[in-house]
Amino acid sequence: MSNDAKIALRGVYKQFGKKVVLDGIDLEVPRGKSLVVIGGSGTGKSVMIKCVLGLIRPERGEILIDGQDAMKFSASEREETLRKFGMLFQGSALFDSLKVWENVAFGLIQGRRMDRDQAKQIALDKLGQVGLGPEVGELSPSELSGGMQKRVALARAIAAEPEIIFFDEPTTGLDPIMADVINNLIKSCVQKLGATTLSITHDMASARKIADYIAMIYKGKIIWHGAAAEVDHSGNDYVDQFIHGRADGPIKMEVLKP
Amino acid sequence: MNPLAVIGRIFLDFLVSVGRVSVFTFNGVRHVFAPPIYLRLTGRQMMVIGYYSLPVVGLTALFTGMVLALQIYLGSSRFNAENAVAWIVVLGITRELGPVLGGLMVAGRVASAMAAEIGTMRVTEQIDALTTLSTNPFKYLVAPRMIAGVVTLPVLILVADIIGVMGGYLVGTHKLGFNAGTYLKNTFDFLETLDVVSGLVKASVFGFIIALMGCYHGFHSKGGAQGVGRATTDAVVSASIMILIANYFVTELFFSGQ
Repeated sequence: MSNDAKIALRGVYKQFGKKVVLDGIDLEVPRGKSLVVIGGSGTGKSVMIKCVLGLIRPERGEILIDGQDAMKFSASEREETLRKFGMLFQGSALFDSLKVWENVAFGLIQGRRMDRDQAKQIALDKLGQVGLGPEVGELSPSELSGGMQKRVALARAIAAEPEIIFFDEPTTGLDPIMADVINNLIKSCVQKLGATTLSITHDMASARKIADYIAMIYKGKIIWHGAAAEVDHSGNDYVDQFIHGRADGPIKMEVLKP
Repeated sequence: MNPLAVIGRIFLDFLVSVGRVSVFTFNGVRHVFAPPIYLRLTGRQMMVIGYYSLPVVGLTALFTGMVLALQIYLGSSRFNAENAVAWIVVLGITRELGPVLGGLMVAGRVASAMAAEIGTMRVTEQIDALTTLSTNPFKYLVAPRMIAGVVTLPVLILVADIIGVMGGYLVGTHKLGFNAGTYLKNTFDFLETLDVVSGLVKASVFGFIIALMGCYHGFHSKGGAQGVGRATTDAVVSASIMILIANYFVTELFFSGQ
């Protein structure tokens, strides 16, 4: 692991039943940089992120966070390490039973035992950073549009000012304008916090906007890795096919015949 | 397929389920006794299990007591033992029908709601979100429900016992022609503390089973709306069957020496 890698994965392998999802992933996320992992649906992107967070345990391999092997963490060490993380889920994953501000303040109140009034002030401030007024804080998540829910989820991810933020398909399901708004918010929030970020997406516009580095995952392996500016000249047929969205190429869609 | 192989597969699946439920129970109970305890959430669950179940459990107890009085009167009149109505009603309600019917009604109402709520949280990644916000899902979701189930159901069943006995009293005095004072005297003369206590202990055990099955099936639901629906059904069916089985063993424990 290089000294400036915040997160490193070494030979991470995971299978569900007979299906191999991660087939020896090797990847480093440099400290303070934004790495975007691109790849088609079902290539193992979400599983990879969940392995780093400890939500899924890989069969073998090493996951290093700040140089410490996350696979050997005790429950309390894992809980402590998770305080460094913020996560934006694909479907926002807001808690239905709580108001918007309580969602944003959740990690502060439950995870860090902060006083509710103080946590509410921070939550309203973070909602302001993502362009939502204090009146939105009193609403229920079900009263918000998809784009607003993503913004609330982003506010929740940055509320505790984490060192590492994961974005799981941050723009999926949004119209192009709202997607760009979310991309801008991600960029500005991350720059402000100086956080290390790992994003997974198949939205190339989003990847180009928020990435310092891009890696491509295919069939559970990282098949290309480089600076974001190099992605158009990768010399990799798989990457070329993916970023141009071509049906023809080395990546064959598995279509079930009738 | 070989029938023996099918039987073997079913048996192995059963053992896997028993193992999973055992580990889940251990984790849930461990977090009941380890601080912090979420009092606000526990209080909310107490309201759901106790207060909001009172109408349906109360009605069940009322009509059960009324029917019981009628049936016992019809049966006992064949051998001139009509005076037994009051004490058979009170023993039947406090020892068996109050806790069992109340438990089954609460299982139908509450275990399904718990499984649906937690199952939805599972498939929408809200449980993963809890973990990433440094909050243990067992402590936040399971422990409050277990505490509420164990503590609240005996209180609910005590109220149901009183309503059930009152149902018998109403039928006994208004329809069957018993003297009110005599009916009450017969009720309390034959009632022992153990009759009530055994019913309340049963209620406590049933409360634990209801919370356990609701949480377990919700936690392990997968596959979207259909998975949540299946979890809901499984929670009610398994909680109901376990209540009936546990009822026998608790009864055996209390009354085998008498």
